[in-house]
Parts: sequence; structure tokens; C-alpha cells
Amino acid sequence: MNFNLTKTQELFRQMIHEFAEKEVKPLAAEIDEQERFPEETVKKMAKLGIFGIPVPKEYGGAGGDNIMYSIAVEELSRCCATTGVVVSAHTSLCMVPILEFGTEEQKKKYLPKLASGEWIGAFGLTEPNAGTDSSAQQTTAVLDGEEWVLNGNKIFITNAGYAELYLIIAMTDKSQGNRGISAFLVEASTPGFCVGKKELKMGIRGSATAELIFDNCRIPKGNLLGQVGRGFRIAMKTLDGGRIGIAAQALGIAQGALDETVKYTKERKQFGRAIAKFQNTQFQMADMQTKIEAARLLIRSAAFKKDEAIKNDRISYSADSAMAKLYASEVAMEVTTKAVQFHGGYGYTREYPVERMMRDAKITEIYEGTSEVQRMVIAGNLFGKL
Amino acid sequence: MIGGIDMKILVCIKQVPDTTEIRIDPVTKTLVREGVPSIMNPDDKGGLELALRFKDKFGAEVTVITMGPPQADLILREAFAMGADRAILLTDRKFAGADTLATSNALAGAARTLKWDLIITGRQAIDGDTAQVGPEMAEHLNIPQISYVAGLEYDGKTFTVKKQTEEGHQLLQFDGKGLLTVLAPAFKSRYMSVGGIVDAYNKEVEVWGADKVDLDESKLGLKGSPTKVVKSFAKELKQPGVIHEVDAEKAVELIVSKLKEKHIII
Amino acid sequence: MDKSQYKHVFVFAEQRDGVVQPVALELIGKARDLAADLGEKVFALLLGKGIAASAKKLVEYGADTVIVVDHDNLKDYVTEQYTQAMYQVSVEYKPSIMLFGATTIGRDLAPRVAARLGTGLTADCTKLEISEDTKEFQMTRPAFGGNLMATIMCPDHRPQMSTVRPGVMQKCTPDASRKGEIINFAPKFDSSKFSVKLVKTVKEEKGSVDISEAKILVSGGRGVGCVAGFDKLRELAKVVGGEVSSSRAMVDAGNMPHDRQVGQTGKTVRPDVYFALGISGAIQHLAGMEESECIIAVNKDKFAPIFAVADLGIVCDLNTVVPLLTERLKKEMAK
Repeated sequence: MNFNLTKTQELFRQMIHEFAEKEVKPLAAEIDEQERFPEETVKKMAKLGIFGIPVPKEYGGAGGDNIMYSIAVEELSRCCATTGVVVSAHTSLCMVPILEFGTEEQKKKYLPKLASGEWIGAFGLTEPNAGTDSSAQQTTAVLDGEEWVLNGNKIFITNAGYAELYLIIAMTDKSQGNRGISAFLVEASTPGFCVGKKELKMGIRGSATAELIFDNCRIPKGNLLGQVGRGFRIAMKTLDGGRIGIAAQALGIAQGALDETVKYTKERKQFGRAIAKFQNTQFQMADMQTKIEAARLLIRSAAFKKDEAIKNDRISYSADSAMAKLYASEVAMEVTTKAVQFHGGYGYTREYPVERMMRDAKITEIYEGTSEVQRMVIAGNLFGKL
Repeated sequence: MIGGIDMKILVCIKQVPDTTEIRIDPVTKTLVREGVPSIMNPDDKGGLELALRFKDKFGAEVTVITMGPPQADLILREAFAMGADRAILLTDRKFAGADTLATSNALAGAARTLKWDLIITGRQAIDGDTAQVGPEMAEHLNIPQISYVAGLEYDGKTFTVKKQTEEGHQLLQFDGKGLLTVLAPAFKSRYMSVGGIVDAYNKEVEVWGADKVDLDESKLGLKGSPTKVVKSFAKELKQPGVIHEVDAEKAVELIVSKLKEKHIII
Repeated sequence: MDKSQYKHVFVFAEQRDGVVQPVALELIGKARDLAADLGEKVFALLLGKGIAASAKKLVEYGADTVIVVDHDNLKDYVTEQYTQAMYQVSVEYKPSIMLFGATTIGRDLAPRVAARLGTGLTADCTKLEISEDTKEFQMTRPAFGGNLMATIMCPDHRPQMSTVRPGVMQKCTPDASRKGEIINFAPKFDSSKFSVKLVKTVKEEKGSVDISEAKILVSGGRGVGCVAGFDKLRELAKVVGGEVSSSRAMVDAGNMPHDRQVGQTGKTVRPDVYFALGISGAIQHLAGMEESECIIAVNKDKFAPIFAVADLGIVCDLNTVVPLLTERLKKEMAK
């Protein structure tokens, strides 16, 4: 059992860390302040292949693994959680499901565009009445000749308005319950599809979050992903992978907050000495560091398992990714809250990045399955059928 | 000379400690090297970037070569990940202790066994800071050199080079082979691509010893170095003056007194 | 190689557009010290076209002999032409020591000449001396970004060559009555080797002063903060008749242009007074200013390394000190 990164993974970590420091960090405050999508960074990342990390070279991807992908989201999020989630949602929630469930034709058609970053991807599952209870789908898809007709709406969709391709979950046969749900690929330019108002959020303010509206939106028959009735399973498996991405985002946020706090507490002097010299600081920071390391190991383990599952689909990483996401997101919330506390009054101002990190951390406990959902998955795996 | 895949560019790069991170041990007064990351020398990275831009625009085969210890393999992998086609690690105990003349001789010796149309090096390394190896290499190979290169054009026959000077810049031209030394700030180097990184460790780094170099052994390493380091030491810092923790008014008093004492300004 | 045949200290007297560069005069100043310790003489090498008139200046600043190489091929600096001339002069006159300014020209020419002569070259020397006992030429230079100093010798090869940055050595006071020998040297050029053509020379208007010539520098670092923060430094500089300079951090942040950067990768300065305001004193910065006559440092952090080199250290906020100081100096100077 080797806990070290391979030479390739280490070389990758070096690159993405430098990229994040030099290209992403300088814009982070502005992205948050202006609530703007980091378009210029997206272009730079696309050029380097960051949007296609786990896609094989034959489909235009970089041919990397999930450990590299998790490192990418972590390092980007350490500097800017918004930038991290742009990559994560695109990769785990749109591109990878096509790789895993798509026909050869669909893969050849969409993967090169997504992997090169020419197209950004997004995922639409959540609805006004279907959040944690995701199977309560009200968006419908009806087969009409050679086309599927979609009606309904999705909310809180990440990358909405900037994505060219959306993976949409919709009800095809209400009488079948979960087995009546299917998955579809909808191109942004499709008539009958539009993006609604942008959400104004507490954190990851540069991330485009909006409603998707389907009004007799007609897509080709060939845009069904997987088989009819298998959509719910596709959604759940997609989220298993997505959780690794979000866990990495949470980890990155926590690490960024910790790094800032180490720096600040070494400089800030009260009562004649640096506050880093007080045992209160040291003990709490030691705990924070330990939790961050634990989160990192859970994430690496889940990513490793996902890579193994590509070769052997009997391997399940569902509980692993749920544990990683549950733990990392709660650590992120705790670490960022303490980071603000250690910064004192200054931490509450926008002069310092920690208040943004605290606002950014909260969503990681909610999206791609709330912490409650993660606990359901873990317990389900632990107890089996009761 | 033709552009296209026939153009061969040899880029010399060096692995150096990141000297902005280096500290001196206050007790032993020696360099603390642990924990100091090793990087590709910035000027050399600029040189590699120039070569890669040339390759993007006109087509070329880019070979990187480094003279160093086995761990210099890392910068060759980085070069692969950035887009280099071939990488050579020149490593041998016989090269140890080389000053710039011996280093340039070793590199020239290696270059003599390779086919190239253009050689690119960085202006200077951040550990040695001499800026000598490039020009000396050009002399050994009997080719023209242009240093402080900030721009390069090519029309299929003639290279037009922009050279930075204290007063501005110059444009120089040559046909045939030549060596350019490049300034890092002139060419913002590209990041390694993800696909490039994935392939980097699958490619072969050719490891060459002193025997592969077309050169007399007496010109290598310590033996081939006319300059010798007789002593190295941490700088003696000036005796510090007194430090005053005072308010602004007192501060001004102190400064004015000091200036008067030294008969400066007032 | 019979070292005893090699004598005297030679200085490449760099000229650009017919103007002898200050660094050449500084090197002649140093050469005088070295020659005195060796009991030898100082030779200046003046290459160019129509530059013979400058030979007198070199004598005034301390050269015993000026070897003038006046030729069409040397009108503008091109590597091969100058290298051939320097090589031939060296072979003819056998210098023991040869000094060049570490300028764009010097750093291009010196290594080429050293390689052609098969001898050693030591770059960016900050100290040159002759050892008392053994009469050996010792060159000291910074390495590892200025973190370490190394003393280097070239024991068995001649000439012993060094480059030195402008502003490091000091020129002598010129003496118009000094007498010196002027020799005209005619090189035999091999023009078949001239493969590089100088097409164009462009002067870029920088519109600023060379901070290495300033006598008073008001220098700002990270503590100054933003571009606007430098306004008060400019005020102070104006009142005292000095120039504003900065640390690398401020240049990297885009608050100051590169030609005002003091330090390892910027300029070396030795003004009469150096105000280090909000500068922490990273080793790369100290390398560029620690030879200043008087260093006055103001920094909020009492552990800032700058205080180790400051003649006067003030732990206080520069934002309060500088405006008060400016006002006070205005009054004092009006007296």
C-alpha cells in the first residue's frame, strides 16, 4: 500500500498548485465581489486540459486518473472555491457520466468538446419539489417519433448559462417510480430550453447558479443517455463521483483557510507576542490540521477506489465518496469558522479572504447530496437492507 | 535552412534550488538546502518557451539537455510535459566541480554529437548568476551568439533577433547556426499541460555519461576548470545600529539628528 | 603556460555611442589599487570607431596606458568583431588580469573572450584584491541569489578575468595633469567569421533617472502598500533632492517600474543615504543596497532583517513618520 503520489501525480500537483497560485488566486476576491463567472480562467484551464483530466486520450482527454482530478479541484478551490466547482460540476456531473454510460457515438460526439473545455458541462437533477427527495421528479420526457419532448424546470443548477451541454434527469414513466426516470443530453442551443434567473448566493458567488426551463424542448432520440428507466441509477452513480469532487473542493477551502491562518497568527501580535505562540492557537490549529489530513486521506482513498472500479465494475465506492464528502465538508465549515475567529475583527472584513472561505464552505454541506443524504448512504451501506 | 519538422532546436536547461527560498543557517553560516524546492532555472524555462513557440509556429524538433545529478531528471520531465520532443541527461561524476568553462565544454561536447540548427540557453542561472555558459558554449562550437534575446523571427532562411540593451533594444540577423541566450521575462512560459504530464514519465530520458561526449577528459569537471573556489562564507552583515521603538515625532527627531551627524542633506 | 610572462591589470573601457561608460572609470579606479599591490601598471583598452579622443579621459581617471583600437568594424558592438580585437590584444600584450563591466556588452563579450583564450572568468565580483602574503588575485562574488559569498581564484590560467557590476567599485578623482601612454593597435580581422549583422538600434525612452547614480534614495517596500502610498515617498524625495526606488515586491505588484528596483535582480546602489521604508530586508534586497553610506530604516516589525544593516532603525509606521519627516526637513532645509 503506497501512500505516496506517483511521480506523474506529483508533477501534476506541482503544476496545478502553481497555476492556482499565479492565475486563480489574484482574481478570487474580485470574482466573489462581482459575482462573476471566471471566464478568463476557464479559457486558460481549457488550454491546459484541466477540463478533461479523467477522460482517455482517445476521446480527447488528458488520460489522467481520479486522484489527479481530486488534486486539481482541491488546489483550485484552495485559492478560489468558485473556480474549483466550475471544473468539478463539469467533469463529474456531465463529462464522466457520458464516458461511463454513453454510446460510442455519444462519446465521440461530446467528449472531445467537453474534454477540451470548448464546451462546459452541467447537470440538472434538482427541482423545486425534488431536492433531497430527488426521485420526486416532475420534469417529464415523452417520446414523440424521433424526438424526446421535455417539459419542466430545474433549479440551483451549477454552470447554468455557461454550459453548452446539460445532463438532464426527467420522468419518462411515472407509474414505474425510480425505474421510470431517464437521463438525457440537452444542448444549450436547443429551442424550448432556456436558462432562468441567476441565484444570488451566500458563497461561491462567481459560480453561475440558475434555473433551467424546458418548454416543449425537443431533442433527438439519440440523446437519451443509457437506457430508458435507468436514469435514476445513472444520477446516483454520477453523484457518487461528484461527491469526490465536492469533497476535494471542501478540502481545498479548508486548506486555504488553514494556510491563511498560519500566516496571520504568526504576524499578528497581541500582549507582546505573536498569537501563534499561544497554546490556545496551537492546540486548535493542530486539531484543524489533523482533520484536514484525515479528509485528504478519505478523498484519496475514494478516488483510488473509483479508478479501480473502472477496471472492475464490481468495486463500489459509493460509501467511500459519501464519507469523504460528509467529513470534508464538515471539516471545511469548522476550519473556516475558526479561521475567521483567529483573524478577529479583521477576519470579518473583506480585506482578508477567510470570510469568503467561510461563506464558500457552507454549500459543501448541502449540494450534491446534503450531509443528511451522505449519512443515509453510509448507513445504508453499513446496515444493508433492514 | 528550412523550417518545418527539419528544424532542430537544442535547449540547454539547468535544475537549480529556488534561491528565493534559501536561508543561511545562523549558527553554521552555511546554506540550508533541506526543504528548498528545486526548479527549472527561470531563464532556461524562458528559452524552452521560445523554442516551443517556434515549434508551434514553424514546426521543429525540440531537444532539451541538462548537465546535472540524477535528480535533474525532474526538469526533463517538465520539459516533456511542456512539449519537448527529446530529453538528454548528461550526468557523470567526471563532470563534478566544473566551473563555467568546463561546463560549457561538456555541453559543447555533447552538442557535437547531436544534429541541431539552433541552440537556446537561458541568460543566467539563479544559483551561479554568471551568464557565461551560453556564450562560452557558442565559442567552443564556433557559432555566433546573441545574448539577452527578447524576440525571434524567422523567414525560412534568416533569423531576426531582438536583443535587449540598457538603452532599449537592437535587431540582429544571421543565417545558419547560432546560439541565443534568453531572458525569462521576455517569454512568459506555458504551464505543463495535463496530457503532457500524463505522458511525461512514459517517455525516455536518454542518460549520457562522459564517454558519450566528444571531448578530452582533461577539459571536464574540476580538472577542466581554470577557476577554483577557495572559500565560501555567509556575508558579514554590517554592524547594526540602534533600533528605536518610538512614536512618529520622536522618530523624526532621531532621523534629523542622524542626518546632521553624517552631514547629509542638512 | 608561463605565468611570469603575464603582467599588468587591463580594463575593457566600454563605450557606447562614443561615450565612455562610468563602469569603465570605476574599474580603472579598482585597477589602480590592484596594480599598486602588484607593483604593476593599469592598461585601458578602448575599442570603437573615432574614439581616440576619449583616451585622455581614461588617463585622467587613472590609466597608465591606453590601447586604442579604432576601426570601422568596431563602430557598434557586435560580438565576433570585438572578440577578435580583444583576443588579439590579449595575445599580444599578455595581461595578468583583465576586467570588464558586467553590462549587457560586458556579459556578452567577456565569456566569449575567456573561452577563446581558454581561461577562467568570474562574474559579478563585488570585491577584487591581491592577497598580502601570496600576491594572488582573489575575486569575491555572491552566489545562490546573494545568500552566499565565494572567493575565487584562477591560479593556473592567464589572463585572470572578472566582470564587475556598475556601481560596485569607485572611480578615482580625475587628475587632468596625469600623463599616460597611448598606443594604437591595428587588429587583423577575419571577416569570414562575421556572421551576425546589426540591423537596427532602438533607444527606448524611459523618462526616468538611473537610480544607481542618485545620492539620496527614498525606497519603499511592501509596507508602503499600493501605488498611492508612494506619493508621500515622492514628496520626501522631492524635498531632499533624491529619487524614489523600491523593493522587488512593489515592482512585481506593478506599483513601481523595474528600473527603480533595488536588489539582486534590480540595481546595485550606494547612495549617501538610503531610506528603507516598509522594506523587510530580504537578502536579495540587501545585496543591492547594503553598501549605502547611511541606511535609515522605518518598519513596523522590529524583527525585520533590514534592521541588521541599518545605521538607524525606527520601529514605527512609515505612514505617520514620512509626512512628518518631510515637513520637518522642509523647515530644516529652509534655514
